[in-house]
Amino acid sequence: MEKQRTENISLESIWNGFIGKQWKEEIDVRHFIQSNYRPYDGNESFLEGPTKDTEKLWDQVMDLDKQERAAGGMLDMDTEVVSTITSHGPGYLSKDLEKIVGFQTEKPFKRSLQPFGGIRMMEVAAESYGFEVDPFLSHVFRDWRKTHNQGVFDAYTPEMREVRRTGIITGLPDAYGRGRIIGDYRRVALYGVDRLIAEKEADKTKSDTAMMDEKNIRKREEISDQLNALHQLIELGNIYGFDVSRPAQNATEAFQWLYLGYLAAVKEQNGAAMSLGRTSNFLDIYIERDLENGTMTEVEAQELVDHFVMKLRLVKFVRTPEYNELFSGDPTWVTEAIAGIGLDGRHMVTKSSYRFLNTLTNLGSAPEPNLTVLWSPKLPQSFKNYCSRVSIESSAIQYENDDIMREEWGDDYGIACCVSAMPIGKQMQFFGARANLAKALLYAINGGVDEKSKKQVGPKFRPITSEYLDYAEVTEKFDDVLDWLAEMYINTLNIIHYMHDKYSYESLEMALHDSEVVRTMATGIAGFSVAVDSLSAIKHAKVKVIRDEDDIAIDYEIEGDYPKYGNDDDKVDDIAVELLKKFMSKVRQYPTYRDAKHTTSILTITSNVVYGKKTGNTPDGRRQGVPFAPGANPLHGRDTNGALASLNSVAKLPYKESLDGISNTFSIVPKALGKEDSVQQNNLSTMLDGYVKMGGHHLNVNALNRETLEDAMEHPEEYPQLTIRVSGYAVNFTKLTKEQQMDVLNRTFHDSM
Amino acid sequence: MTESPIGYVHSTESFGSLDGPGIRFVVFMQGCRMRCEFCHNPDTWNMGGGTPFTPQELLDKALKYKSYWGEEGGITVSGGEPLIHIDFLIEFFKLAKAEGVNVSLDTCGQPFTYDEPFFGRFEELMKYTDLVLMDIKHIDDEIHKKYTMHSNKSILDMANYLSKVGIPMWLRHVLVPGRSDYDEHLERLSDFIDQLDNVIKVEVLPYHQLGIYKYKELGIPYKLEDVEPPTAERVENANRILKTSKYQTQ
Repeated sequence: MEKQRTENISLESIWNGFIGKQWKEEIDVRHFIQSNYRPYDGNESFLEGPTKDTEKLWDQVMDLDKQERAAGGMLDMDTEVVSTITSHGPGYLSKDLEKIVGFQTEKPFKRSLQPFGGIRMMEVAAESYGFEVDPFLSHVFRDWRKTHNQGVFDAYTPEMREVRRTGIITGLPDAYGRGRIIGDYRRVALYGVDRLIAEKEADKTKSDTAMMDEKNIRKREEISDQLNALHQLIELGNIYGFDVSRPAQNATEAFQWLYLGYLAAVKEQNGAAMSLGRTSNFLDIYIERDLENGTMTEVEAQELVDHFVMKLRLVKFVRTPEYNELFSGDPTWVTEAIAGIGLDGRHMVTKSSYRFLNTLTNLGSAPEPNLTVLWSPKLPQSFKNYCSRVSIESSAIQYENDDIMREEWGDDYGIACCVSAMPIGKQMQFFGARANLAKALLYAINGGVDEKSKKQVGPKFRPITSEYLDYAEVTEKFDDVLDWLAEMYINTLNIIHYMHDKYSYESLEMALHDSEVVRTMATGIAGFSVAVDSLSAIKHAKVKVIRDEDDIAIDYEIEGDYPKYGNDDDKVDDIAVELLKKFMSKVRQYPTYRDAKHTTSILTITSNVVYGKKTGNTPDGRRQGVPFAPGANPLHGRDTNGALASLNSVAKLPYKESLDGISNTFSIVPKALGKEDSVQQNNLSTMLDGYVKMGGHHLNVNALNRETLEDAMEHPEEYPQLTIRVSGYAVNFTKLTKEQQMDVLNRTFHDSM
Repeated sequence: MTESPIGYVHSTESFGSLDGPGIRFVVFMQGCRMRCEFCHNPDTWNMGGGTPFTPQELLDKALKYKSYWGEEGGITVSGGEPLIHIDFLIEFFKLAKAEGVNVSLDTCGQPFTYDEPFFGRFEELMKYTDLVLMDIKHIDDEIHKKYTMHSNKSILDMANYLSKVGIPMWLRHVLVPGRSDYDEHLERLSDFIDQLDNVIKVEVLPYHQLGIYKYKELGIPYKLEDVEPPTAERVENANRILKTSKYQTQ
């Protein structure tokens, strides 16, 4: 391999001005950050607007975006070259204007072929947008090179297939890349790839003398794959004219090196969520050094951030329309975690925390990167109010409780996808989509028979035959169903992740992890509030069962009222807490692949619509097919006691029982936050403080008027950048399906008079 | 031990951002004697209804949201007309102050009088009140009577009294086209406000029609059916005359 080596530059000169020793001796980016970052207490007045070049580039992007929409969602696709780290030549928007370069293929908006997750998915996706995968490649991946998808279906049991079909477990990453792994892309910039290779080689050597059992053999194979990926990363640098074998020398290089690391990851993997990590403070250290040396101005610093973020916005994958129905609007979940508080008590707001958020102003609102503020009441007030301001203007920021996450994960964790926290470079997760607990409750009533297909899907036990549902009887049977479901679920995930490791291993992302990592088995819950309200109705009102001619319960009549989740009423909120604890205790019973630690999340993104569609009438009075609430939200319109009562209900769910995150989406009419801008900002900040103090984990904030959304449905062309937050994620509103748009409109918009 | 006074509550709002500083728990008390024809809460008029609360019960309900109040927020009692429930308010505010809560009273001032027993009770209440929000519907007594069925004398008396004893006050004026938006009256109102020493904020509240559905539900004839909300220019004009910007910086 030809390397484009620059002359030998000493580490002393590259790291000049950076203090600390430990991070030099071993790979320890956290230590580097803690030793060198500068907390910033001021306000946003230093921020710069976009440069002419930035504006020109963004115009180009918006134009391409328009063309892509006109083309039906995919502008171009490479159907002949399989994407690898080094598969494509350099690609540019306008080479002379771009401060940060690199695309997944040789040009922007051209999507790449990534068949290792499953060739079928690629073929179907290509076809639905008018492309055709090269028949020879189809042949290769169908007949010669097994894919992850093939492996999974080889091992699935008939029951697993049935469970998947009826939708009691849905969205499983068995036909697409699992994602939710965050490479520590900062390592590329700080250490250079040569150093990372040396460390990995040393790790591999350590296993030379160990017994060659399956575990050790796998480890050696994986590290070898990682080493290959790192060598390819150097080559990717060469393609663009950079020598990433050595550390970055200045801020521009640091951004570029880090981005090339990330680019290599998305060229190798079409993962469901390809998150970035926690990079802004790291990069800020380089910017600060350059500003101090007089080699960079604030205008240039912002331009660099803008151009980097622009690249992150342009990550694109080939996906099927069905996939988009589940996870709308072309999501990539390039999640970047901002701010938070350090273990030593210093806040971790830097000027670059501001600069990253400022991209929402300079480039306009957008769902990507998924900007996530790690919130604590201890953050400086000026930063809190700036976040609130940008939130109100863009509806593009999500907030997560740093106070409860720091306790679990320290102060160098990032967020994968929406709400999954993990220490960067030290922990990964096995993504497990979600189980539909509303449907599980119906199985409890119907003795394992699916209420829609009328098939025996769950274990055959005695259905409930009484006219009115009895709470004790329902909970007992629900318990049995959850036992069965948890076992089936964990077993299914074990198969999926065994095969993913085997056929679609994320070698580059894992090369940017320590060789020994913590793994979590991340289950998930959908239909949470529907299950909770149903149990509350059965407990506190009288629920009469309507059965069809085969004695299958297909509908319910509620006599009397019952307390509904979302009103800060312990009578029902306790049921919610119990349900979560019970689900976790069931899941924990079953052993996991690679001893992954059991976790769960209450998160649905936009799949609440599809899950709702697949679920019959429920005892809470919800009609069949009606969307579930997203994530841990109360069901639309049932939280009638105001915004804070709704927040309090969700905040009661214990994070320790749902360590993969608890998502809550909050929509408020801007005027309900107060009259003047400054009052609105203050109130939103104070509200976030309150939610965090109450123990709430995650909050999406949408400050929008319903009329804006209605108008955007009518005139999408006038709102190309209208962004709204859904469960854990932001989407471009006009890219949602009509059904999902209606779902968003039907959600509770908190208003007050 | 004396029995706790009972207050009748129409409803509560956990996220109030308009009735006082910061985020506030707003209590709407049941019952009002005024019959302002532009009122957007006619469902709180009836003196008979409401959910009974003891002061402690209501405070417990409010304190669930204490985390969200920050340094500025707290509780606002509105209505209806809260002063109808003055014995309840005294106990409620006393308990709230003991918890360190910032307490505001949003009143129309109509029940105010220097006569006993009211006045002594009111003086007691003011010991525990951080801020009073007051609505001056109309500066001209005759017109005031016409639109609210009551004189504005007690209202202006109360404003003057609060000024004298130095209780901070937000003054509000609902701007209804053709009723309360004439320059002449706005100027007189402005003069009145200028001679008060305790006003920290003046707000023009543009009349809106969002309460109409309540009238229909209650079967009460709505007299302003054909009155449109004021134009931005008229609102701006009122803001100028009432010099609201002078107070916004507070």
